[in-house]
Amino acid sequence: MMRVIDDMTAILTGLWTTWKHILRRPVTIQYPEEKRIPSPRYRARIILTRDPDGGERCVACYLCSAACPVDCISMQAEEGEGGRRRAAWFRINFSRCIFCGFCAEACPTMAIQMTPDYEICRRDVMDLVFEKEDLLVEHCGKDPEYNFYRHAGIGVTQPRGEGEGEKPTVDVRGLMP
Amino acid sequence: MAGADVIPDPMEITLVIAKIGLVLLVILTLAAYLVFAERRILAWIQDRKGPNRVGPFGLLQPLADLIKLLTKEDFCPPAGDRWLFFLAPAMAAIPAIMTFAIVPFGAPVRIFGRDLPMQVADLHVGLLLFMALSSIAVYGVALGGWASNSKYALLGSLRGLAQLISYELSMGLSLVPTVMLARSFRLSDIVAAQEGGWFILYQPMAFAIFLVSILAECKRIPFDLPEAEGELVAGFHTEYSGMRFGLFFVGEYINILVLGGLAATFFLGGWQGPLLPGLLWFWGKVLAFAFLFIWIRGTLPRLRYDQLMHLGWKVLTPMALVNILATAWWLYLAGSSPL
Repeated sequence: MMRVIDDMTAILTGLWTTWKHILRRPVTIQYPEEKRIPSPRYRARIILTRDPDGGERCVACYLCSAACPVDCISMQAEEGEGGRRRAAWFRINFSRCIFCGFCAEACPTMAIQMTPDYEICRRDVMDLVFEKEDLLVEHCGKDPEYNFYRHAGIGVTQPRGEGEGEKPTVDVRGLMP
Repeated sequence: MAGADVIPDPMEITLVIAKIGLVLLVILTLAAYLVFAERRILAWIQDRKGPNRVGPFGLLQPLADLIKLLTKEDFCPPAGDRWLFFLAPAMAAIPAIMTFAIVPFGAPVRIFGRDLPMQVADLHVGLLLFMALSSIAVYGVALGGWASNSKYALLGSLRGLAQLISYELSMGLSLVPTVMLARSFRLSDIVAAQEGGWFILYQPMAFAIFLVSILAECKRIPFDLPEAEGELVAGFHTEYSGMRFGLFFVGEYINILVLGGLAATFFLGGWQGPLLPGLLWFWGKVLAFAFLFIWIRGTLPRLRYDQLMHLGWKVLTPMALVNILATAWWLYLAGSSPL
């Protein structure tokens, strides 16, 4: 008899729980009409950012390409004006990209960054191969102050810290306590 | 109805045919919308929205489903028994629709100077006909599974038969007190006998047993062993596609409506109720039962095979027998007018 009462209580508790859920608001987001706003650090479409002066941040060091677990990043390095390294072409195949963010972590110049733009479906798979001009943006991305060459200098054809607008080199010994 | 007339009056025939047509239309439409309602309510239970894209609030979803089912390939497994395979869905759906013939779904109305009962056929053995048809309905399940020549389907139909023998007895026995109180097998008499008070007040135990039995009868979730999609793919209709699957499917929902209607007739006073017209009361009760079934489906897990047998044979049937004896004793003490 006690078992029957226990069982009935269990069933009624279950029914009460489901009843509460009927009245609860659905958690569904109806995608094309309603769009989630992802957090700023959401990992989706990859961009190549510029430094505050408007120059390309990317120095074509191949670290992102090496870090990429699916090998979807490829590029060719070349030397620009003043011995500055840059990518002759830069290609990300988004049909292979798994949006792990390793490239952005590997990047020493903060050039390659992830954005929260997750709507990058295309009808044709070839349209998912993004070239440098598709990837380059006209802003600095997440770290607007950062300017790699201000710190590092170009340093190939001229002494470090002596180029135009470069900060003087840090005296390493002077940092000692 | 004029049973003694040798040549029935043409007006009578027209009215009866109109009634049958109307009932068929209402039942089939309601069954289609019950599928939709079930999908929506289950979605709400699971904090989803459910189908809401076709038409306003998804109300045209049944139509879309129908078009989909009609345009799909009608496939029969090469090793299956073609004849039985094509016959089985109809054998499952037709008894369910036929059962509705005996359900009184509204107060009699006066039309063209004659009393028209809101019931297709007021048989004096209505309750027995319901029991007979509910047993026939399982043939569709059994033969459908057998003709598919597939192990899942066969296991499903096997379970369907085993389930039948465990709930059918308790369902029949739970209705005996109703007949004892109403002193008639005729469903209109049973409704009329509940004018003073619904039988659920006198027979809560019988109502509970009947409710559990009809859940098993229409193969709904705590007892959906013949389908058991977690274990048997889709059970007896694994091999079915297109509209034949649709017939099994709609048959199940028609069964819910019909059994809800019968539960309302036997225990909740049928179409009787204060203030509102009888039709509204009846359909309100049917839909309440349908909602209860969907709600239960969204809540309970499936019983195991032996648990169902245990429940049917060791719990419900003895309870129903004791209930009959108690009712008989009470009727004996109360004399000729128990109510």
